[in-house]
Amino acid sequence: MADIGIVSYGANIPRLRIKIEEIAKVWGKDGGSISKGLGITEKSVPSIDQDTATISVEAARAALKRCKINPKDIGAIYIGSESHPYAVKPTGTIVGEAIGATPDLMVADYEFACKAGTAGIQSCTALVKADMIKYGLAIGADTSQAAPGDALEFSASAGGAAFIIGKDNIIATINHTLSYTTDTPDFWRRAERKYPSHGGRFTGAPAYFKHVSNCANNLMEKMGTKPTDYTYAIFHQPNGKFPTNVAKKLGFTTEQIKQGLVVPFIGNTYSGASLVGLASVLDVAKTGDRIILTSYGSGAGSDGFDITVTDGISNLARNNAPTVKEMVDDKTYIDYGTYAKITDLLYWE
Amino acid sequence: MRDVAVIGVGLTEFGELWDKSFRHLIAEAGSKAILDSGISGSDIDAMYIGSMSSGRFIGQEHVGALVADASGFSNLHIPSTRVEGACASGGLAVREGYLSIASGLNDVVVVGGIEKMNDVAGATATETLVTAADQEWEAFFGATFPGIYALIATRHMHEHGTTREQLAQVAVKNHANGALNPHAQYRREITVKQVLNSTMVAYPLSILDCSPVTDGAASIVLCAAEKAKKFTDKPVKIIGSGQASDSLALHGRRDICTLDATVHASKMAYNQAKLTAKDIDVAEVHDCFTIGEICAIEDLGFVEKGEGGKAIENKITTLDGKIPVNTSGGLKAKGHPVGATGVAQVVEIIQQLRGDADKRQVKNARIGLAHNIGGSGATCTVHVLEAM
Amino acid sequence: MKSNVARFWREIPQRYSIMGNKCGSCERVFFPPRESCPFCRRKSIGKMMDYKLSGKGEVVSYTIIHVAPEDFEEQVPYPIAIIKLEEGPQVTAQIVDCDIDDVKIGMKVESTFRRIQEDGYIGAIYYGYKFKPLR
Repeated sequence: MADIGIVSYGANIPRLRIKIEEIAKVWGKDGGSISKGLGITEKSVPSIDQDTATISVEAARAALKRCKINPKDIGAIYIGSESHPYAVKPTGTIVGEAIGATPDLMVADYEFACKAGTAGIQSCTALVKADMIKYGLAIGADTSQAAPGDALEFSASAGGAAFIIGKDNIIATINHTLSYTTDTPDFWRRAERKYPSHGGRFTGAPAYFKHVSNCANNLMEKMGTKPTDYTYAIFHQPNGKFPTNVAKKLGFTTEQIKQGLVVPFIGNTYSGASLVGLASVLDVAKTGDRIILTSYGSGAGSDGFDITVTDGISNLARNNAPTVKEMVDDKTYIDYGTYAKITDLLYWE
Repeated sequence: MRDVAVIGVGLTEFGELWDKSFRHLIAEAGSKAILDSGISGSDIDAMYIGSMSSGRFIGQEHVGALVADASGFSNLHIPSTRVEGACASGGLAVREGYLSIASGLNDVVVVGGIEKMNDVAGATATETLVTAADQEWEAFFGATFPGIYALIATRHMHEHGTTREQLAQVAVKNHANGALNPHAQYRREITVKQVLNSTMVAYPLSILDCSPVTDGAASIVLCAAEKAKKFTDKPVKIIGSGQASDSLALHGRRDICTLDATVHASKMAYNQAKLTAKDIDVAEVHDCFTIGEICAIEDLGFVEKGEGGKAIENKITTLDGKIPVNTSGGLKAKGHPVGATGVAQVVEIIQQLRGDADKRQVKNARIGLAHNIGGSGATCTVHVLEAM
Repeated sequence: MKSNVARFWREIPQRYSIMGNKCGSCERVFFPPRESCPFCRRKSIGKMMDYKLSGKGEVVSYTIIHVAPEDFEEQVPYPIAIIKLEEGPQVTAQIVDCDIDDVKIGMKVESTFRRIQEDGYIGAIYYGYKFKPLR
């Protein structure tokens, strides 16, 4: 049976940035210590004309620019986000139209907090494996909301990444994927409400750490691997501390997680988080590199992927689209007043 | 084709006229023109009314019929047609009236132009004005009407070295003229410094580079030239009439800083009159924005392309200059009740050619020109007139 | 809700993908697409072919909008430019992703997919092209 894997990838990170210290200043808090405690220096902010749809389109177009597939051969599009522009009307069709994949296309939008994008990859993998589609496009993207003055305001940011899954011309095989899922209310947003709520410290051990650890361990057990077998480890990154701590607990080194850890520079892009980390790794990966990716979505669950980079990566025109590092470095700072205007914190009629 | 003369003119005050409705304004202008002309109601063969957007400004369409009614002519069942070409609606009404007489169909025609812009909020007025531009491919993407003219200005500055100071001088000159015009909306002088320091609207155009939102109406009575002396001893002949169109969007033009429609319409009018630009003694041109006047004097042939800025600087177009332009104060100081403008321009030229322009009188004005533009140059009418 | 849905839906291929057309007779490219070629006129009827423009072009003129319509008020001040696309047609659009002072005539740009406007809080969202500096 042919290998199934990633055919191409692309990411998109908005240019605007706000420093943690700038936000802290407004709320009378010590930005320096918050920044250090969170392991985040600054976060990305979408401009007024950017949203999950525009980020998804740009990421998908970047993925297409790097490979040679015909967009009409994409048979399914799944976009995972907590900030789809419409509550009812899919983001997937906007992207489908914008990349020329319509009309012979399966589309549905996904939601599972920050792991909705990886769930999309799982679905695409299954459809490809079942020979129901030639290529699938999975995207995780968000322009995440945070209540003013809440702890999440320091990390909730915007960005996303797109992955084309298929059997032909793959750059990395998806050796296996599995999930670890329970009903755990660590972080949620009720319908009709603008901002999420969370369980404070409950979001740690019983939520993030439990699911990420179990998922990663189950995956390594299934694959018969140890942490040292992997070149790169990517974890969901709500801040700089959680992924660093879970990596240590699981036996991964700082070196292994470094390339895939983007949260210190752009904040938590929610459904984009671990996927932008994966894009960052693929920007530099070489044939034979093995990757373990464990996402996390509140509610709660983790999707794990065991990935091996193939020599197909040398055929991918990675230079045809900006790398994650290039987008991280392409930035301009705004102040809190501008941030409030953009993120609609001001009542506007 | 017969010769056509203007035998009467009428104008309301221009400004923010809270007490005067649409119907009142057009009836006032119309009755002044009719009284001035010496005709009686039963002489009128047809009416042509220019109004850009009565629908959006006062929620009323069908204004051809409304104006005939408001003027007291419904019982005479006079044919009345509303003509629209954005800001050139007035000039188009003049041309339609002219053609209906020149063709031999009508002998006496009343032409009116009217816009009542202050019955809606300022934002609505602005939104309405931009319908003169391409709604799908310019306005939809965030271009405003001043923004579109600003695109002309930036390019003109880049290609021909025109400066913001030169643009400002257009406004200064027109305010100086407007100060002498009892009908003008603004009758105070301004300085270049004031223009440059005024609020930016769309770089490089600031608020004082832009014509205002205005209520007002104007009217003229046209008559077959051979019958004109029956009614008046001061007829003025229309010796040339031209009209042209161009792409709706500015980005569709051959050259962004030339209004080809002006070039073509004026050629048409000059050819008919067997004249050139050099023969014009006084002109009313379309300065909806200061850059509009700079382009107009170039595209009408008064100066070479690109020399418009220098011409203003060298005071060639002031009241006592070589070719006085916008002696009325132009759209900038006189005001710009959109549909009325084209007709009001002809009224000013008539006043000049009759010697009735009082403090604004250009000495020995014998041949005058009225230039009216729709949108950013998608429609243009040019009329050349001569005292009979 | 102003209910312009059909009018804007119809233009999705143009706004999302800069889909124009090409005259089968003289090969000129048009954007937005035309029913017939203004140069070949009747010779082009039935011969116009869909053509996707690259989105790359150059700024031919620009302005900075300071007084904007209601839907654009939050973005003020913003640059609007006339861009000459490499295939020939010109478009009017916003320039994004750079400082206002960096917008210059002659600047090379490429299209990007952005929210253009929306029909209030309850109406549809309209996406389309803006242009950013070609990096």
